[in-house]
Amino acid sequence: MKKQLLPAALIAVAVGGSATAFAWTAGVIGPRRVSGGTIANALEYNLGGAKTGYRRAHAKGICFAGDFRANGAGAALAGASVLKRGDTPVIGRFSLGGGNPLATDGRTVFHAMALLLRTPDRQEWRMALDDTPIFPVATPEDFVALQYASRPDPKTGKPDPKLMGAFIKQHPETKAFQDYLAKAVLPDSFGNAPYYSINAFRFTDPSGTTRLVRWQFVPETPLHGLDKDTLANLPRDYLVDAFIARTRHTPSRWHLQLIVANPGDVTDRATVAWSGPHRTIDAGVLTIDRAQTEEQGVCRDLNFDPTILPPGIAISDDPLLPARSKAYATSFTRRAGEGPGPSAAGHDFARQGAR
Amino acid sequence: MRRGPLHFAPLLRVLHWLMVAMIVTMLFVGVGMVSTTGPAYVTLLHLHRPLGIAILALVALRLVVRLGTGAPALPPDLDAPQRLAAKGSHVLLYAAMFALPLIGWGMLSAGGYPVALTPATVLPPILPHDLRLYAVLRFAHTWIALALFGLILLHLAAALMHGLIRRDGVLQSMTWGDARHDRKTPERAPAPAPAAEDEIAAPPPPLAEPDSHASD
Repeated sequence: MKKQLLPAALIAVAVGGSATAFAWTAGVIGPRRVSGGTIANALEYNLGGAKTGYRRAHAKGICFAGDFRANGAGAALAGASVLKRGDTPVIGRFSLGGGNPLATDGRTVFHAMALLLRTPDRQEWRMALDDTPIFPVATPEDFVALQYASRPDPKTGKPDPKLMGAFIKQHPETKAFQDYLAKAVLPDSFGNAPYYSINAFRFTDPSGTTRLVRWQFVPETPLHGLDKDTLANLPRDYLVDAFIARTRHTPSRWHLQLIVANPGDVTDRATVAWSGPHRTIDAGVLTIDRAQTEEQGVCRDLNFDPTILPPGIAISDDPLLPARSKAYATSFTRRAGEGPGPSAAGHDFARQGAR
Repeated sequence: MRRGPLHFAPLLRVLHWLMVAMIVTMLFVGVGMVSTTGPAYVTLLHLHRPLGIAILALVALRLVVRLGTGAPALPPDLDAPQRLAAKGSHVLLYAAMFALPLIGWGMLSAGGYPVALTPATVLPPILPHDLRLYAVLRFAHTWIALALFGLILLHLAAALMHGLIRRDGVLQSMTWGDARHDRKTPERAPAPAPAAEDEIAAPPPPLAEPDSHASD
């Protein structure tokens, strides 16, 4: 009897120790960490509740399709097939910042473009770009804190000045972003806005040289701004309807510009812009010639995870990149389980049909 | 009074211990990566998929070897419920080892994701792009993984029980231990139908001397 106490204790330690280590690794016990759920919950809190069936951020959008014609110049920075001379079909999505899928377009928020480029050799490059070159926060922890501090009061529609004031005091980068957004031109079309990679990525050329690169899509149509004083008077789906109408007769084009970091450029914080001259490579032209509602297009059921990258392109050490990947994955899984809701454009069509 | 081989086939033992390392690593990688948005997330994710496909390939090989070489007989003094638990848990372990990588592959296919082992090595989808299907498989992937971890803990507890308390050669059949005392019918069977707790309290089989396993 006594002889078996030691073996029994050994077994208990082996099994209990393994279970404890597992629970710690899973984050069930031990220090709290920011998970994809933490970020999705913060976005849902900011919105006053989950909009089930939709992306937790950039919930309002439309699908598009087109192609990317590479001129081959980008191959000097990375060996990805998509940068070699030739055409790659593109699908994507335009969206507006925020988690409300039926929000009005007359708001001072990000406009965003998501892209998926897949070459015949199964290489894939997904992007989620904003029309601002910088982001309001540098880390996932700050992103979560910002969601909690900036929840709009249902009565005033504005965040609690005390909470938001305290956050801004601690985060001059967020203040700088707000000042930028207040002065920046708010594009009057998805088709004439520039779109930026936000984060830096690591490009490795065929000879093995590594460089940090940000990129931007520069529109061929000159940027034209909305009159911010009359934003609130715009029809709810102004941008969506205008882009669908525009695309019926005119394709929209952008040049992909790859911008190589200078020594001393901040590459691990998306809150900091790169200023001054930079080596910039025009890698080709993106043409978008079809626009569809999310119900008709193929963009709705995709996760535009910006860390899905072709060979030769990898993430940098910007902490937002893994966080974007995980948070998008959590949002994707949540809405997949909930079943999709109608898009704003689809909602309008349904309403018009009912009349 | 021996019945057949005392050990599993050498290749099967190699595969078993190799897969122990891989599957335990895999389960920790899995729960670790979904619990963080830190830099580890992408690193672990990039490890998770090639490791999963390697496990799928190895378990297929292992099943072939296992069916071809058989298994040592269980100790004759095990009662029917314990025999059923032993056989059943092994079927479940094999089922989970196949199901998890296949569901992971199918889940990524249904989610419209590239099944990338490396950026340059991408497997074809095995299911159509379907968000509802993705949701079901994603859920199944998590819960089968947690069930597998529970099953592995039971398997570990049972193996140690056989090796440290019953000393009946079952643990040695998967290792390299001295099997001189294995597979002999005890002169006196232990108390009938021992449940797990009873077993800890039960006396050791009379033939098993502690020193005989000193080389384990």
